[in-house]
Amino acid sequence: MNALMPVLVLSTSLVPALVIFFLQERQQRARTVINLAGALAKLALVVVMLERVARDVHYETRLTLLPGLDLLLRVDALSLLFLTLSAFLWLLTTVYAISYLGNGPHLSRFFGFFSLCVAATTGIALAGNLITFFIFYELLTLSTWPLVVHRGDRPSIAAGGRYLAYTLAGGAVLLVGIVWLESLTGPLLFAVRGSLAGVDPATLQVIFWVLIGGLGVKTALVPLHSWLPAAMVAPAPVSALLHAVAVVKAGAFGILRIVYDVYGLELVHALSLGLPLAALASLTIIYGSFRALQQSDIKRRLAFSTVSQVSYIVLGASIHGPAATIGALAHLVHQGLMKITLFFCAGALAERLQIHKVEDLDGIGRTMPWTATAFSIGALGMIGVPPIAGFISKWYLGVGGVEAGQPWVVLVLVGSSLLNAAYFLPLVYRAWFVPASRDAAPGRERPLWLIAPAIVTAIASVAVGALAGLAFSPLGWSTLIFEHEYSR
Amino acid sequence: MSTPPTDLLPLTVPWAAFAVVMPLAAGLVAVPLGARAAHLAVPGALAGLLLAVLAASQVLTQGPVYHEVGGWAAPLGIRLRLDGLSAAFLVVTAVVTGAVALFSRPVFGPSSGGETRTAFAFWPLLFFTWAGLNAVFVSADLFNLFVALELLTLTGAAMVALDGRAHNLAAALRYLLFALLGSLIYLLGVAFLYALHGTLDMQLLRSATVPGGVAVTAGALMTAGLMAKGALFPLHAWLPPAHAGAPAPASALLSALVVKASFYVIARLWFDVLPAAATVELTQLLGVLGAVAIVFGSLLALRQERLKLVVAYSTVAQLGYLFLMFPLAGAAGEPHPWTAAAWTGGIFHALAHAPAKAAMFLAAGLMMQAAGSDRLDGLVGIARDLPIAAFAFGLAAASLMGLPPSGGFTAKYLLLTSALDSGQWWWIAVMIAGSLLACAYLFRVLNRFLTGPEEQPALAPVARRHQFLALALAGSSIVLGLLSLVPYDLLQIGRVTAAVEALS
Repeated sequence: MNALMPVLVLSTSLVPALVIFFLQERQQRARTVINLAGALAKLALVVVMLERVARDVHYETRLTLLPGLDLLLRVDALSLLFLTLSAFLWLLTTVYAISYLGNGPHLSRFFGFFSLCVAATTGIALAGNLITFFIFYELLTLSTWPLVVHRGDRPSIAAGGRYLAYTLAGGAVLLVGIVWLESLTGPLLFAVRGSLAGVDPATLQVIFWVLIGGLGVKTALVPLHSWLPAAMVAPAPVSALLHAVAVVKAGAFGILRIVYDVYGLELVHALSLGLPLAALASLTIIYGSFRALQQSDIKRRLAFSTVSQVSYIVLGASIHGPAATIGALAHLVHQGLMKITLFFCAGALAERLQIHKVEDLDGIGRTMPWTATAFSIGALGMIGVPPIAGFISKWYLGVGGVEAGQPWVVLVLVGSSLLNAAYFLPLVYRAWFVPASRDAAPGRERPLWLIAPAIVTAIASVAVGALAGLAFSPLGWSTLIFEHEYSR
Repeated sequence: MSTPPTDLLPLTVPWAAFAVVMPLAAGLVAVPLGARAAHLAVPGALAGLLLAVLAASQVLTQGPVYHEVGGWAAPLGIRLRLDGLSAAFLVVTAVVTGAVALFSRPVFGPSSGGETRTAFAFWPLLFFTWAGLNAVFVSADLFNLFVALELLTLTGAAMVALDGRAHNLAAALRYLLFALLGSLIYLLGVAFLYALHGTLDMQLLRSATVPGGVAVTAGALMTAGLMAKGALFPLHAWLPPAHAGAPAPASALLSALVVKASFYVIARLWFDVLPAAATVELTQLLGVLGAVAIVFGSLLALRQERLKLVVAYSTVAQLGYLFLMFPLAGAAGEPHPWTAAAWTGGIFHALAHAPAKAAMFLAAGLMMQAAGSDRLDGLVGIARDLPIAAFAFGLAAASLMGLPPSGGFTAKYLLLTSALDSGQWWWIAVMIAGSLLACAYLFRVLNRFLTGPEEQPALAPVARRHQFLALALAGSSIVLGLLSLVPYDLLQIGRVTAAVEALS
């Protein structure tokens, strides 16, 4: 049973993907049923595993591809953190996408690649060694590209081209880094730490930056970020998935694996790699915020905000200490919940009221109150207002910085929060306090399934912040990961 | 003459010989049948696949097998040799040729418009090509190899000329010119060896050759001749017009398999027959030519406006990877820890490229049939009408780009590993650049398939089941990546330097 579990979890997305590809365009009901059945089955499996893994049970499946090259799927506490996020948000995004896309063209293709993209994310979460991680990382690139160009117009094609140019080059760099590292040490397992002990430190430093360079593309670290704002031309459900679960998170998750499970925090700091990484993350945080401030298009503003917010994870990982580690892990989930709320809302506003620009938001609190409320919760959470999730992340990162004797981290956080406020508060203000300039009759918040996902994720953003003390909250789980894996 | 030590199983069934005889017989039967020979496709494909699998399982259970046709020992008789390398090529050839035969049934069958010359010629050519390929893969001496290669040259050129249009005839003539010139040079090299050692049996030559000028010259001549037949840069110019002009099933065979036969002989030559003569200069030179082929072929593929030309130039580039295995494996027959990875990587690339490239040409053929032409501008948005063919093209593209999980990735991984282990980082740069260029020219095509305006001219309908054959081939190049351990183990059986090394 333990060997079967990772395969089962993977197939909850992979099998629907393969089946949906071959459905005819008009078989809408079959498509919906298969999609939702896969998403629900995955969620159920995740719940079962959460309970077991908390008791230190691990699941593992191995397929040997070549001598020394294993496809290894392994469920540990860290993979489950990411897996839970992706399973929960996949279900909501699927519901949202079915409403959002309605009867548009090429839906079998769209939902096929959509499920494949989630399967790739699942594989990234479950990867037990670097090569398995890489395999699914590249599969993610391939399966998201058709989603980015889904509209088929000129801007989509240009964005898709840029997305490929960045991510495929990043993937190639990552592969070189992995093969180089493994040529020195033999196959590296995430579960076995300390395998790099005998390697020349200078080489390890170079390889670290090669790996970070490869992963930094999807993580959208400055200066490798410019594909992300361009890719927001994709349909809203795709942006939601890209920004909250799939692509940027895959990069950030990879950096967590490299720092914690391949090198290990001790080695990262012994090789003095932590401080430059922290500096890079801080630069990205501040730069992303500044660029967000300049955008008048809502989705572009959100995209630059993602550039900034995802680097909180990298910042936490680069600081040596329990609080920073826990903060980084928890933010992986927190950012996903808040950002997907914002994208769900932006998509609903664009779909129902053709609102794309910041100045068009005037008075939408009256027209679409539920959406405006969810949007406001997401925005306030990003700024760091308690008790929403973002506050918890920032608190732990700040405490972690002080613990590690690097109080400048607090300055970065304060600066970033001020900038967050500067680019998010005007949106909230316009929504609630500026009267609408045009017809704003209420009753536009239909259909239910377009609006409800944002409300659910908004509630979740508040809940994971307010109930952060519980064992199965993202923060509680991150603490468990730290205690089980990194404090021994 | 000593008999090889492995030849001790008298009850062994000579599957290798049957694998040559079966398509040869089918080809002969097909001559009088004309278009009705299409009925041979299903039994031929099944029998061929069965024989190849039996041959492979024979190698897996018994190790390398030798068979003397008619009971005459070398150097007099015809000796066949079946090891892991031969068996792997037999299986891939059977899969690709079988699929192409099934695909060709409606194209060249009785219902395709009467007793046309094309249909009349196609079926014998298909089966003779198959026989020629299998003969190359199991030949144990250099003269039989020559005969088999000549058969391939003639059938190949005839397939290019199949539709009889002027520019295709010109392409076929150019192909024939290159190939026959190559044959002459190859034969000259063979003559050198024969004059020196009085035998052409590969195994006897291996033990007889002393490293030195004559062996190197002979090897270089034979290699140059084979490069012309195998379209390695700078002798590639005949390939794109020939492969792009032929009917889709013929293009699939030529690009996926026929060029590999020449590569196979070059690999045999330097690893099995004359390993001691492989100097550093020579292996590096082959690598450099391969590298130039990768970059040059890819850049030209990027500039083509017709789908089949893109795919054909991609063959020029992909063939370049095969030649990287020579410098990576190391010179002068001294096995290094990374030799196994380099050799297996190169061979794996040849094997994985075959189904992927065949799938691409079949998909391209279907698109051409639907849209009336293979101009890229006319294929915009074709994924809507031919979703499965477009998907097959995409899967095959993933393997050519070396993206995981696919046979192409396994090959690239092995080659990268050996480059790092041997400290030859410049080949890493070449491979990475080649992969990214492949991404560029293939995504350029895929982009047209997926996007474009909603209103499009109506296309000629194409049955889904024809598209599924292309998908099955593309899928098998992915499966090769997921289940690469079996072919990996198979390839190690009978590999000459296998005993002294291990993959690190």
